[in-house]
Amino acid sequence: MLKITNISKTFNPGTVNEKAALTNLSLHLEKGDFVTILGSNGAGKSTLFNAIAGSFTVDSGTIRLDGQNITNMPDYKRSKVIGRMFQDPLKGTAPNMTIEENLALAYMRASSRHSPFSIITKSDRADFRERLAQLGLGLEDRMSNPVGLLSGGQRQALTLLMATLVTPKLLLLDEHTAALDPATAEKVLELTKKIVAENNITCLMITHNVSSALQLGNRTIMMKDGRIVLELDGETRQNMTTDDLLHAFHNQGVDNDRILFSAE
Amino acid sequence: MISTAVIMSALELGFVYALVALALFLSFRILNIADMTTDGTFTLGCAVSATMAVAGHPLLALPAAMLAGAAAGAVTAALQTKFRIPSILAGIITNTGLYTVNLAVMGFSSNVNMMKTDTLFTLVKPYLGVGYKLIPSLVITVICGVLLVLFLKTRLGLSIRATGDNPDMVRASSINTAFTVTVGLCLSNALTALSGAVLAQYQKTADINLGTGMVIIGLASLIIGETLLPRGKTGLKVLGAILGSILYRFIIAIALRLDLPSECLKLISAVIVALAIGLPAIQGSFKPATKGGNDGC
Ligand SMILES: Nc1ncnc2c1ncn2[C@@H]1O[C@H](COP(=O)(O)OP(=O)(O)OP(=O)(O)O)[C@@H](O)[C@H]1O
Ligand SMILES: [Mg+2]
Repeated sequence: MLKITNISKTFNPGTVNEKAALTNLSLHLEKGDFVTILGSNGAGKSTLFNAIAGSFTVDSGTIRLDGQNITNMPDYKRSKVIGRMFQDPLKGTAPNMTIEENLALAYMRASSRHSPFSIITKSDRADFRERLAQLGLGLEDRMSNPVGLLSGGQRQALTLLMATLVTPKLLLLDEHTAALDPATAEKVLELTKKIVAENNITCLMITHNVSSALQLGNRTIMMKDGRIVLELDGETRQNMTTDDLLHAFHNQGVDNDRILFSAE
Repeated sequence: MISTAVIMSALELGFVYALVALALFLSFRILNIADMTTDGTFTLGCAVSATMAVAGHPLLALPAAMLAGAAAGAVTAALQTKFRIPSILAGIITNTGLYTVNLAVMGFSSNVNMMKTDTLFTLVKPYLGVGYKLIPSLVITVICGVLLVLFLKTRLGLSIRATGDNPDMVRASSINTAFTVTVGLCLSNALTALSGAVLAQYQKTADINLGTGMVIIGLASLIIGETLLPRGKTGLKVLGAILGSILYRFIIAIALRLDLPSECLKLISAVIVALAIGLPAIQGSFKPATKGGNDGC
């Protein structure tokens, strides 16, 4: 499904700011895999996502998605099949456009069906309304409100819906609940679980929360210094407690207050 | 003190220049780009229109001017998206180059006289009577305004709006921002050139300096319109731009009536624009910012 082979990325090569953010990293995902990613600040987690989504091209190595080599494909083409969410709720939506218009944009990923001059139809609207209702936030009654009026949690839930409105082959979640208050974060996480499971979406999720890293999904990887230093799946993962995992962190030298704290 | 003739000409010019306000609504408000190509494109529209009218094609002159304007917009867009030149500089570069192009279009003379030439307006005069200048200007501007509103509702229009609102999100929706910026700038410059084209035939002369300061005049009109109709959907904003342009022409007419030398007008426009664009920031610095999200630009 997703086959990352030996990718490397060095920022600002040949300068004092040179930084090897990814080093010979390989990762294979099967269809339907839900992988949680842990790692301290600066481990290269977001850089890995940027490489997959095409925000830059990698220095070496290949990335294949569903058999297709996407290593050199521009980002906007990859986003046809890759959905993405960031920590910052402001990043995923256009604030001065309405909920309905934002959804229509997300819908364009299925653009082969639509001419660029087509408009939002009644049936599109009914479709959006139904999908919004599934979020359980009452947004279906505010479809003509600008998104800028929504709360962070509502915006993030809407972004989640937009990223999955046209089922992506791959969903990248970069600490997408980290900026929300605990109750809202829980709610968005529940929605994530539901939507990913219902559509059997292959998913990578970065988190700093050790317990949700173990609870969610079927695999967990830990990153450090641009490499994967620990991979867990199957029974080993099932029998793993958060304490065990924290131990593993220490052994790998991945010590991080944020991780320890969120495991409480 | 203001005669009907003055009112008529303010209305006529208001509608003609409203096309520039619409163009800037698209580039400045929607795409968030201050398009410095505007001055040169306006003159380009004048030049193409005048030259074609003199050659006996006053009607064909309008679409031809629009095409020329769109080409100028495409150059600015390419400088910006392909060569990564900052948008303001890209516009200034095209604008500078256009000076020579515009002279060339006018046969390397700095003005074209159309006193004995048939124009769009002389052609319709037998049918329309006294309104022969107002009605064509009004019809052209209203058609462009309506088409613009409809266009912005299409998927392509939505992508252009989102490009100005949140480019990160647009790329994540599989839209090529280089493409949306190009389409937006081509359309806005086509509108600006059309305004120049109509104006040249309206006043029966084209001059190499007609476009100077046009971007500021257009912005002033746009902002006056936003003050008139501060809230509302795209349709109201487009209407506001047209009304703003008309009001601007009335302000100019009154200023001329008060015997203000016409040399002062550009300074007045500049002050209006600086104040109108700067005012929200000045007000904001006096009260604590409470609302996030919408004050990005
Ligand atoms: N565009 C860039 N230019 C230069 N350096 C970069 C760039 N992007 C990331 N880096 C560097 O690469 C390293 C990895 O950063 P990355 O954002 O991937 O970390 P992360 O694992 O996501 O950390 P966090 O948990 O803090 O989000 C950091 O040292 C960072 O400073
Ligand atoms: Mg990160």
